Amino acid sequence: MRVGVVTFPGSLDDRDAARAVRLAGGEAFALWHADADLHGVDAVVLPGGFSYGDYLRCGAIARFAPVMGPLVDAARGGLPVLGICNGFQLLCEAHLLPGALIRNDHRRFVCRDQPLAIERTDTPWTRGYAPGERIVVPLKNGEGGYVADERTLDELEGEGRVVARYLDDNPNGSYRAIAGVSNAAGNVVGLMPHPEHASEPGFGPDVRSGTDGLDGLRFFTSILDGLVRV
Amino acid sequence: MRIDTVQRATSSADTEQPWAELGLKPDEYQRIREILGRRPTSSELAMYSVMWSEHCSYKSSKVHLRQFGEKTTEAMREKLMVGIGENAGVVDIGDGWAVTFKVESHNHPSYVEPYQGAATGVGGIVRDIMSMGARPIAVMDPLRFGAIDHPDTHRVLPGIVAGVGGYGNCLGLPNIGGEVVFDPCYQGNPLVNALCVGSMRHEDIHLANAKGAGNLVILFGAKTGGDGIGGVSVLASETFDTAGPSKRPAVQVGDPFAEKVLIECCLDLFAARVVEGIQDLGGAGLSCATSELASNGDGGMHVWLDRVPLRDSTLSPEEILMSESQERMMAIVTPAHLDEFVAITAKWDVEATVVGEVTTTGRLVVEWHGETVVDVPPRTVAHDGPVYERPMTRPAGLDALQADAPTAGRLARPSTGEQLGATLLQLLGSANLSSRAWVTDQYDRYVMGNTALAMPDDAGVVRVDEESGLGVAISTDCNSRFVALDPCAGAQLALAEAYRNVATTGATPLAVTDCLNFGSPQDPEVMWQFAQAVTGIADGCQQLAIPVTGGNVSLYNQTGATAIHPTPVVGVLGVLHDVTRRTPSGWREPGEAIYLLGVTREELGGSSWADVVHGHLGGLPPVVDLDAERVLAQVLVAASRDGLVSAAHDLSDGGLAIALTEACLRYGVGARVALHELCERDGVDPFAALFSESVARAVVAVPDAAQARFADECAARGLPHLRIGEVTDEPALDVQALFTLPLPQLRKVHEATLPAAFG
Repeated sequence: MRVGVVTFPGSLDDRDAARAVRLAGGEAFALWHADADLHGVDAVVLPGGFSYGDYLRCGAIARFAPVMGPLVDAARGGLPVLGICNGFQLLCEAHLLPGALIRNDHRRFVCRDQPLAIERTDTPWTRGYAPGERIVVPLKNGEGGYVADERTLDELEGEGRVVARYLDDNPNGSYRAIAGVSNAAGNVVGLMPHPEHASEPGFGPDVRSGTDGLDGLRFFTSILDGLVRV
Repeated sequence: MRIDTVQRATSSADTEQPWAELGLKPDEYQRIREILGRRPTSSELAMYSVMWSEHCSYKSSKVHLRQFGEKTTEAMREKLMVGIGENAGVVDIGDGWAVTFKVESHNHPSYVEPYQGAATGVGGIVRDIMSMGARPIAVMDPLRFGAIDHPDTHRVLPGIVAGVGGYGNCLGLPNIGGEVVFDPCYQGNPLVNALCVGSMRHEDIHLANAKGAGNLVILFGAKTGGDGIGGVSVLASETFDTAGPSKRPAVQVGDPFAEKVLIECCLDLFAARVVEGIQDLGGAGLSCATSELASNGDGGMHVWLDRVPLRDSTLSPEEILMSESQERMMAIVTPAHLDEFVAITAKWDVEATVVGEVTTTGRLVVEWHGETVVDVPPRTVAHDGPVYERPMTRPAGLDALQADAPTAGRLARPSTGEQLGATLLQLLGSANLSSRAWVTDQYDRYVMGNTALAMPDDAGVVRVDEESGLGVAISTDCNSRFVALDPCAGAQLALAEAYRNVATTGATPLAVTDCLNFGSPQDPEVMWQFAQAVTGIADGCQQLAIPVTGGNVSLYNQTGATAIHPTPVVGVLGVLHDVTRRTPSGWREPGEAIYLLGVTREELGGSSWADVVHGHLGGLPPVVDLDAERVLAQVLVAASRDGLVSAAHDLSDGGLAIALTEACLRYGVGARVALHELCERDGVDPFAALFSESVARAVVAVPDAAQARFADECAARGLPHLRIGEVTDEPALDVQALFTLPLPQLRKVHEATLPAAFG
């Protein structure tokens, strides 16, 4: 029951993702970008940050890291993978998810407590949520605008692959207010906001958000519950 | 290119040298010749010029800064593990943990090139913290700009904020506070101060010294380029002349990715115990690192300068010695540890090069392709620079300024409830009291997962130890209007406010860092302000029993003849045994009692009301009362520990009116208060009760069950306390018999100003 968390040079939220896995009751296993081996982990989190400084394009260099070879194969074979923020950008660059993430429409970095609707709940990462449930987790990025062509967007909507959508204001100009999507099978999920930062009492969104600040934890309990069941 | 060697310098004593262009004065150049017994080589001249600059040598400020050490008592040293003089001070916070923190300026570079100037300001202070052996855990940035509607503010602010965010966010350090202040005195001289705090186990403390003959000197991190040459001597140590050429090339360019990798690499090196001494490369680059390491150690070092990896192969030895290229560190390593050291740097793809070795010759010798270009006693470069006793004069206009008090006759005051409510709204939407969210939402406050409080709370709070919850609170403050009216009292007011803010969260204040931003030291009036402010802080720290652990002086903050208001930014650090028990600045539970702690006097000199409503600066600032601050802090800390208060917010700019409003807006929960008892007890009218800025005050929310104990606690310590109202479930601030303002209206006014100004 081990959840691997990959560290690339420039990863920032890797320790936080590992902490969330532990808080959910799981074992976090550190994977290294230069090691082309998943060490038998049962699921993988690609954390937030600025891998390789986000030079060229966010995630564009990280997708060629040695660890990505076995990871892409395993993801195609059904391994649960969650890409958060930079991890989402990386999953798009690696073509495990459609679309791309571009600079926020207002051209500024934004850090705020973001309300979301969880729309797809049959993925291994979101099974703990009720369909349409409103949650609040931190959003923090400069390049979080989700874009894809109309056909792809229609396909994602038609196949129920929009995992999470921004509620209230669209914080970054994402098309159709999309905050997270999955692959067709549902095992690969990319999400711009940070559920790992709403997983520990006292260190997530405060009561101003109208929540207890723990709305993100179920991403991690979901995956562990699923793994236990299998 | 003909290289100027020691041999040539000895045989060509009369060669003209560009010492004046490098910022040296005639007598300083003469002293270098006396030290060396010959003319300096061009490389030596480069080293002395940067190291003897105001920025590096503190030559104008040193005689005053001594007070910080002299006035630190044995009792104050108890928690102090490393004091002033190292890259940053280190404080014991218990359980084997230590923290190191410091605030520095990057004012001039940020004026010339806002984004890179601010970004590299963050980068520089973070490396200072790393070089103590610590993991950086948070940053905060006190920023000051000209008037909010001035064109130059719009030129510099977006870039500075983006630079602070761009660098800090990419490093993965939460930004937990800081300040954004607008005042016309900063037009043409914005202040960009950057604070970083780091944590480590006691045994991990590292120092900047080069000991052990034969040990290797390793330069690692980014390659050296031509950026930032003369940054400290040209930019930070002279007044801007608007007619002069652009100084852009003197500003460094930052690469936060390189620094993030460097942080992780350094922590691995420390953990492997392969580093004997370490120094970051910041201002004055290699000149500073080599001379400081050598003079703090065994006294000698031999450097092969041609081994330094370069981004630009055409750089001369002088330029390499002066370059302020970012993201570089220098370590002293035993030969036995070299392989392990290199293996760790290779893991992080960090370039590491042996560029020298430690010697016991007492000389810093720098070789360039087999020829000696530098041969100096390192102490003369690093520590024995010139020291000036600059003339000082009390400013000519100060008496008139202090006499111009904001009396009722001088400035019209609101009196009816309607007028008082309107005044509150005017202050709340003003440039300096409106919500800072437009700025702070561009900073990542969540990364690392340890942030327990950040803006807009009184202090930032981060956890240090995940097991126990042990953590620290930090606040930086300075009301430079108060300092302009009375530099000694104003500096103490800055100290008092930061101290109070830290205590408000429930943390016990432990240590102080300061960033002293002033005008030209060659102006006797500025020097007088400086001396007064330093004395104020040193005496104040002694009275509060917390030591100054380090900081920075930034002089020449003036364009033409006009200096900024003297701005000694003071940062106070406190410790919390369990950060999850910290006290937030807003109330949440209807029915809880609201108490006002402390005494209110009619004190409006330099106040926000005088500024916002009348554009007036005059009179005397509020009376300093550090004994009262200590008592208030003791009560706030004890009440937090014992669970007697659920919210606490300090009173400062805008007085009680703004404090109540902010405490309501924090969580969108209203309050009803009455002022008549306060007015009667303290002999003030409702206007003064609402807008006076008397010190040593806070509002707290007290749960019903705790009221008696809380009142006893205050009484036992002699702290004046008055129940002025309660938290309500009405979304409004109701000041009984005067005005009621709905929270949505207050929020709208509070949040509109910065977005309207900056988009």
